[in-house]
Amino acid sequence: MSLQVQELSFGARLRHRIGVVADSLRRNPTMLFGVIVLALMAGSAFLAPWLGLPEPMHQSPRDRLQEPTSEALFGTDMYGRDLFSRVLHGGQVSLVVGLSVAALATSMGLFIGLISGFIRSVDAVIMRLMDALMSIPSILLAIALVALWGSSVQNVILALTIPEVPRVVRLVRSVVLMLRDQLYVQAAIACGTSTPRILIRHILPNTIPPLIVQATYICAQAVIFEAYLSFVGAGTPPEIPSWGNIMAEGRMFFFQTPGIILYPGAFLALTVFAINTFGDGLRDALDPRMQRRV
Amino acid sequence: MYVYILRRLLATIPIMALVAVFVFMLLHLSPGDPAVIIAGDFASEDQVHKIREALGLNDPLYIQFGRWMINLLQGDMGESIYSGMPVTKLIGQRVEPTLMLTLCTMVIAISLAIPLGVIAAWKVGTWIDRVVMTLAVFGFSVPVFVIGYLLILGGSRTLGWFPVQGYTSIFESVPGFLSHITLPALTLGAVYMALIARMTRATMLEVLNEDYVRTAYAKGLATRTVLVKHALKNAMVPISTTIGLGVALLIGGVVVRKRVRHSRPRPTDGRRGAAHRLSGHSGRDPGIFLHLCAAESRDRPDLCPLRSANPVLNPVLADTQR
Repeated sequence: MSLQVQELSFGARLRHRIGVVADSLRRNPTMLFGVIVLALMAGSAFLAPWLGLPEPMHQSPRDRLQEPTSEALFGTDMYGRDLFSRVLHGGQVSLVVGLSVAALATSMGLFIGLISGFIRSVDAVIMRLMDALMSIPSILLAIALVALWGSSVQNVILALTIPEVPRVVRLVRSVVLMLRDQLYVQAAIACGTSTPRILIRHILPNTIPPLIVQATYICAQAVIFEAYLSFVGAGTPPEIPSWGNIMAEGRMFFFQTPGIILYPGAFLALTVFAINTFGDGLRDALDPRMQRRV
Repeated sequence: MYVYILRRLLATIPIMALVAVFVFMLLHLSPGDPAVIIAGDFASEDQVHKIREALGLNDPLYIQFGRWMINLLQGDMGESIYSGMPVTKLIGQRVEPTLMLTLCTMVIAISLAIPLGVIAAWKVGTWIDRVVMTLAVFGFSVPVFVIGYLLILGGSRTLGWFPVQGYTSIFESVPGFLSHITLPALTLGAVYMALIARMTRATMLEVLNEDYVRTAYAKGLATRTVLVKHALKNAMVPISTTIGLGVALLIGGVVVRKRVRHSRPRPTDGRRGAAHRLSGHSGRDPGIFLHLCAAESRDRPDLCPLRSANPVLNPVLADTQR
């Protein structure tokens, strides 16, 4: 005997989710603000090479540490490089790092979390490992990892991903633990459905909404942490302008031209703020249960 | 109760052991040979070998690990390879400023954040709520060091109220202590405040929907009493969890915070600093690295090991050294 189950297609479910998000965008002006700011930041960062700005690496020592003028909107840094151009270009690194860390950490965390939550025999081992990883402050772990691997954008991404994974694992695992006792999962087990199929068809889809919300927060945090890493000198290589690098290089000249730290800082803060408000909006829309988890 | 506490404490032992292994491996995998660095540029192969032998770096890894663990458990954290001073002593010098900064940060953050959160929850949906919540999100969107620079610019440069750096012990002079600690504590407190305010609002909102709050209102209690005595008291459990967890965050923030204080007087401080320092000598000085302590910078400013990692536990250290 076979059971015929009416299932919504993947496309239909996706359309429903997008509808929910679009709806909340209309009702939530703060979230809309976040999305607009984010789009502007991403647009200006990735279109920067075509905006006719001075080369971000072009030095003109004669014009060093200039005040903002109509030509150099944010003034120049200690090598006479155009700060506005550097700040716009710097957004590329920050956004790429933020998005990659979010994507990598959630996918790795999802994989480990599903296994840990559903297969009890490995759970204890995995969770103790994760606890140990979590007990090292993430920024310190990231600094040590970059020191170990050498500074490059890929290494920064990896170094920021690893401390985030345990947090995702815990989130996914808690959802899985809740779901595995649900009747429909018990029924699937009783029907003899294979474990991978249960995980992918029945459990995975329910972990996605909280995971997306978590991903936005990880993304916001990664953008800040990239700046921290660059600021302490363990971040992206100094040849590449990133917000953290610009601020790190400029900190000796802060009292002459505060803009060298304040402009990239403001861009960074605005971007992270936008990601966070977007995340808050998504949380309210996708996952009302999570509201209490700040 | 006591059994429960004991069990929880015992459960941390395997985790601590794992952490120790992690950190130890990290150190030994990192590039750079401490013997070469100590010997200096002009040392012969033979001299380097002797130093390596003396430090026990030729032994198998598990023996090195075992030796280190046994010493650690006896409270002997070893000596700094560079200065020859015991690490415990180096840590001891930093304890007071560290504790004071953490304490002040917590006092400021908690005393501002909880009332703000309560008010936001009470006036939910109004502009007050919006402003508080926007500020809170902003609080953890701005990197700590940017807040630090802003406060230095405002508080030290423009207003001239606070010194840019330095530390005075509270036992020497209370006003001096306060003027030195205010800016760092405010800077560090920003993120912490944001988290606590959000958590307070979220739990308060939940509690305010409870029946007993309605009952309290119905029997004619003043709003203040209901909010503080009935609602906040019950909301405190998740809030205090956040406060506890926030300490970890606080410690993480201290790293970067320190750089702000460091930055000005050290123009030679290269941009690649931390990575080089870590992989160079400091990271290879297990005694120092593992306890995140460094007075080295005082003895050998040219080496300045672990400038970036040591402040994790020693927020004000750079300033006490000068």
